[in-house]
Amino acid sequence: MTKVHIVKAVYSRVGGFSKEESAALVDLVFDTIKETLGRGERVKLTGFGNFALRDKQARRGRNPRTGEEITIDPRRVLVWKPSARLRGEVNDDEASDT
Amino acid sequence: MTRSELVEAVAARGEITRQRAEAVVDAILAAMSEAMQRGESIEVRGFGSFTIRPYKSYQGRNPKTGASVEVQAKRVPFFRVGKELREIVNAGRHHPLVDP
Repeated sequence: MTKVHIVKAVYSRVGGFSKEESAALVDLVFDTIKETLGRGERVKLTGFGNFALRDKQARRGRNPRTGEEITIDPRRVLVWKPSARLRGEVNDDEASDT
Repeated sequence: MTRSELVEAVAARGEITRQRAEAVVDAILAAMSEAMQRGESIEVRGFGSFTIRPYKSYQGRNPKTGASVEVQAKRVPFFRVGKELREIVNAGRHHPLVDP
């Protein structure tokens, strides 16, 4: 599935939006999530999962190819934790209504 | 940001009603969840990709009692952040983490 399929789902399920409007709205949803995460704010989507941010400290690492020692810069990373409901749904079990 | 705050933001920025924005967010998340239920992976350019990772069953232990238990085979959804979003997140490092 790519964004094209997501746009089609919005177009056919919501109704009343043109294909162009549907595409713009899908972009708007993903852009809003991206910008929120860019401000350091996590995004919690009930029933789907949470996008959380973690600050990682600098650490010593090694280039696995050359063995050369390098410093890995401090950085902020994004992690996604699927909701219990989604985890249940992908396994088709009763956990889907928790 | 919660799901309803996302709906409000989309309504305001897209100049549509809250009800319409909610239907859009619901349709997106439902379509993605259904794809993952079918075992399909999802790729959203600039955002990231979702894949379903299969795990085989294995003999585990109840950490409290030490009893041996069989952990069933399962499928777990997994997200890999896309390049653009990874850079957006890291460039925002100077912002304090909100509700971490």
